[in-house]
Amino acid sequence: MAAAGILFALPSILGLTLFTILPMLTSLILSFTDYRTVNTPKFIGFDNYTRLFDGTDPYFYNSLWVTFKYVILRVPLGLVFSFVAAFLLNLDFIRGKSIFRTIFYLPVIVPAVASSMIWIWLFSPDLGLFNSFLEALHIPTLNWLYSEKTVVPSIVIMSLWAMGSTIIIFLAGLQGVPRSLYEAAIVDGAGALRKFFNITIPMMTPIIFFNLIMGSIGAFQVFTEALIMTQGGPNNASLFYNYYIYREAFQFGEMGHASAIAWILFMIILIVTAIFFRTSKSWVFYESEV
Amino acid sequence: MQKSRRISQIMVYSILIAGAVFCLLPLFWLIRSSMMTSLQIFEMPPKWIPEPFQFSNYAEALTSIDFFRFFRNTLMITVGCLAGALISSALGAYSYARLNWPGKNLFFSLLLASMMLPGAVTLIPTFIGWKLVDSINTYWPLILPAWFGSAFDIFLLRQFYTSIPRDLDEAAYVDGAGPLTIFMRIIVPLSKPALIVIGLFSFMNSWNDFMGPLVYLNEEKKYTLALGLQMFQSIHSAQWHLLMAASTVVILPVIIVFFIGQRYFIEGITLTGMKG
Repeated sequence: MAAAGILFALPSILGLTLFTILPMLTSLILSFTDYRTVNTPKFIGFDNYTRLFDGTDPYFYNSLWVTFKYVILRVPLGLVFSFVAAFLLNLDFIRGKSIFRTIFYLPVIVPAVASSMIWIWLFSPDLGLFNSFLEALHIPTLNWLYSEKTVVPSIVIMSLWAMGSTIIIFLAGLQGVPRSLYEAAIVDGAGALRKFFNITIPMMTPIIFFNLIMGSIGAFQVFTEALIMTQGGPNNASLFYNYYIYREAFQFGEMGHASAIAWILFMIILIVTAIFFRTSKSWVFYESEV
Repeated sequence: MQKSRRISQIMVYSILIAGAVFCLLPLFWLIRSSMMTSLQIFEMPPKWIPEPFQFSNYAEALTSIDFFRFFRNTLMITVGCLAGALISSALGAYSYARLNWPGKNLFFSLLLASMMLPGAVTLIPTFIGWKLVDSINTYWPLILPAWFGSAFDIFLLRQFYTSIPRDLDEAAYVDGAGPLTIFMRIIVPLSKPALIVIGLFSFMNSWNDFMGPLVYLNEEKKYTLALGLQMFQSIHSAQWHLLMAASTVVILPVIIVFFIGQRYFIEGITLTGMKG
């Protein structure tokens, strides 16, 4: 029994060890070395880290700032958009629920490379669909991906296009809210707003929390869009953190330095998740705790 | 009262339809642009419908770089990953859900925790590792990890397995069946929908993967569709009609798979969210 158990789980145990734990520890060690693919790693203490924090590497704070900007826009907007979509879709009188659901999910399956191509084209300043809309409405056109100010919001808009998974998770959660709660509320004379804020939202907090965590972890790692659409530009205004790591490691061959940068990302994600978990006690409501 | 309800219903529908338009418009624009002549695509204000429909864009896009080779390469990686993901995740999940062995809970929590780890942390040492065994520019780094099970798949399947009544296994044990027989005869047949979900997600992941091939493949003849499309973009940067035709070709297989397996996708995502 135990032997079979270990045997069946062996691939995953080996995988976890070989492809997660071992690389993780190696990367921590590498982050304290000078290692540029050609030389043998040389221990240099905290140099990689101090070079980042004292500003010797000019891109570090820049890419942190750019990434935070993306996360702060993308995560709340994504949650609100998909929650509203799921909530409306779940209303009793809506017909064609499954058609809407399919349409909302469709963008999720489009490969990131292909969706990047589509969106460069839509965002094109001279020939793009968006600017021709703005022109038709007599609103000044934008440079979208080609201006330092609008490049991050543009990529956020593109990412909001593919919110289907979150919508479906919210929708399933909404369908799980017991009807008896709403019926009791109607008996007590509660209106639509009261029902929404006093039943729907509290009952949905665990799922909102789940999507908040997963959404944030994902958003911190935005990469492909920037690589294909902007190459981090203009003037590094879309040099997202993961792109910065990729560039240091695979274009400049600075493996040690890039490992330090990657570990800082890991720490940031851990801290942000820990903060969410801390605050969750005061706003996430678990039925089982009642 | 009746009237105000009517108005709010119309408002809700309008918002949903606006959302649907937002989701479909880029795809419509892609297909519309893929069939235009190079002249018409530059017309301002833009036309909605191509005139004439120039289907030859597809032939031109497909022949200007070696798309069929990229297609075959991608298919090979996808199938390799799919088989590995199904076998190792199904067995692993069965073990975590049903069998008892020392250290099980520890490994399972580590597995769950590993989902939080950003890929960038492990990417560099993993790359160095593959380089040490001389496997850069081969498909090993892209396929082999799938054979060691993914945390996400194992978690999802384990959730599903726990919903299969234990009485079934126990009855089989009494009849003298071993764990492997139970797995093959009871668990696998009963968890087909969940296995399809894993298969679909695995297909999507390897078909759509960009970072993996980008890091590990450096010879054009080994490229996948995703890399091929990016290369196409750098060659034909201003030829939007061809680029859109090429993008459509890359998207088409996933769209077809999605429509065939749609029901399972929705189930799969629901399963991850609900029991998380």
